Amino acid sequence: MQLITAIIQPDKLDDVREELVAAGITRITTSRVTGHGQHQDHLDSERLYRGQKVMPNLIPKVRIDIACNDEFVDIAIDAILRSAKHGEGRIGDGKIFVTDIKRCIRIRTEESGCEAI
Amino acid sequence: MNCNIESRRRSRLYPVIAGVGAGFLSLLFASGSLCAAETAQVAVDTGTTAWMLTSTALVLLMVPGLAMFYGGLVRTKNVLGTMMHSFAAMGIIGVLWVVLGYSMAFGKNVFGGWCGWNPDYFFLKGIDTVITSAGIPEYVFAMFQGKFAIITPALIAGAFAERVSFRGYCLYIALWSIFVYNPLCHWVWAEGGWIFNLGASGAIDFAGGTVVHISAGISGLVAALYLGSRRDYPSTAMHPNNLVMTLMGAGLLWVGWFGFNAGSAVSSGLATAQALTATQVAAAAGATAWLIIEAIHLGKATTLGIVSGILAGLVVITPAAGVVKPAGAIALGMSASLVCYLGLFIKEKLGYDDSLDAFGIHGVAGIFGALALVLFIRQGWWQEAASAAGGHWSLLQQFVVQFKAVAATIVYSVVVSGLIVIVVEKTVGFRMKESAEKSGMDHTLHGEHGYGLINLN
Repeated sequence: MQLITAIIQPDKLDDVREELVAAGITRITTSRVTGHGQHQDHLDSERLYRGQKVMPNLIPKVRIDIACNDEFVDIAIDAILRSAKHGEGRIGDGKIFVTDIKRCIRIRTEESGCEAI
Repeated sequence: MNCNIESRRRSRLYPVIAGVGAGFLSLLFASGSLCAAETAQVAVDTGTTAWMLTSTALVLLMVPGLAMFYGGLVRTKNVLGTMMHSFAAMGIIGVLWVVLGYSMAFGKNVFGGWCGWNPDYFFLKGIDTVITSAGIPEYVFAMFQGKFAIITPALIAGAFAERVSFRGYCLYIALWSIFVYNPLCHWVWAEGGWIFNLGASGAIDFAGGTVVHISAGISGLVAALYLGSRRDYPSTAMHPNNLVMTLMGAGLLWVGWFGFNAGSAVSSGLATAQALTATQVAAAAGATAWLIIEAIHLGKATTLGIVSGILAGLVVITPAAGVVKPAGAIALGMSASLVCYLGLFIKEKLGYDDSLDAFGIHGVAGIFGALALVLFIRQGWWQEAASAAGGHWSLLQQFVVQFKAVAATIVYSVVVSGLIVIVVEKTVGFRMKESAEKSGMDHTLHGEHGYGLINLN
């Protein structure tokens, strides 16, 4: 069992979510987050306020958490890689972290382990 | 814009005054001082003017109200793009109305009565000192009418929410205002308009059932059908991002509607009071009826339900506010909620994506109100109509007049707004690209986001 945490651009959420669903990964959790990246000259984080171009110091991102069994990890990662890129070498598309999960329990049935994922 | 006979008579006089100004008109650049000398005899009725100034402001208040109403109903990524539709109308139509809208709507018949034109109204340049026969400066009347011209295209935006490009929308409302709103407004409310002169006492459209609500609802439906549904509609749930804002917007619309309807009497007296009362009662009846229907049908009354009922009641009373008594207003308001509620199920069956129910509320309740109002007209109106018709004027005769006005509005709106949608789509592009629709209007079209406070920056 592994936990995939992907930090992506907010405007790519629909693309990523649909790609994951198409790949059979339907159990996901998403949240709005803000943070720092290598974004200093990243055009897409620029906001316009009354004609002034403003570079926010903390920029909005979307975080997707996916807990899955080992055989689905690469499927999920590939789906995110296919769908979260803006292309043209622009930075800021985000990161994917994979960590081991020690335990997993479904609250309703109290099942644990692989079946609970 | 007035159906009660007293003010119809009064407003029949005002072209005479305008006509005096028009004498100078041949000199396109007649100096303002000459006009002033000619028109200064009419005294300003300060009471009426004060109420019309207030009404003008109230109708403008409806536009940000509509922005909040629609803005709360869309998904988070489209909140600014949707509110922008209402605000852009305030800018674009606000300019167009002064340049040519008022002239096309309230000038003398040209092109066989298709629209009006009066060089004096071009840039409003000849009305600087004109006082109309209703005792208000013509500027006030022109600005009051301009607010109707602004809100009508903004209403349409609910039908194609969340999927149109901003430049396409701007071109669409400009063309729609010129080729649909101004001619319709001329037919129904101007002296020489053919619908204004139908039957014994004209088609009854007190404050814009045909001109505003039917035309906007039908044009919205046409655009929604031509542009197609939003991506993944209806398989994906598309939740309102902020119903709190929608409720506040609906509240502003109700308040503003007092200017919309009671201001349409262009007086400050009995007719105003009648219209204001009918408006208040119909909105309350619509709200109550929708609550009851939902409580019976769903077991729960919803906030979106009560605001839908308020709007249905307000729309249905718009053509009728000058001619019905409170009991009639209750009957109209309640039945409008029932008709609109049933209409929403038909929409679900047919599967078209009228995203925020511009047709489902404004079109349906507008058509229903313009036709059903004949059942509730007060006695005094029938007597006036009978004497105008030379002795007798029946309910059926008036229904035929109403039906003609509604049918003409529908047919004209379908044909012309359909052409406009096609032209806009083929030139600057109306429908957003799929990738842009996924990212959302706020990010793609405007480079902003609506809810920065939710994030830590």
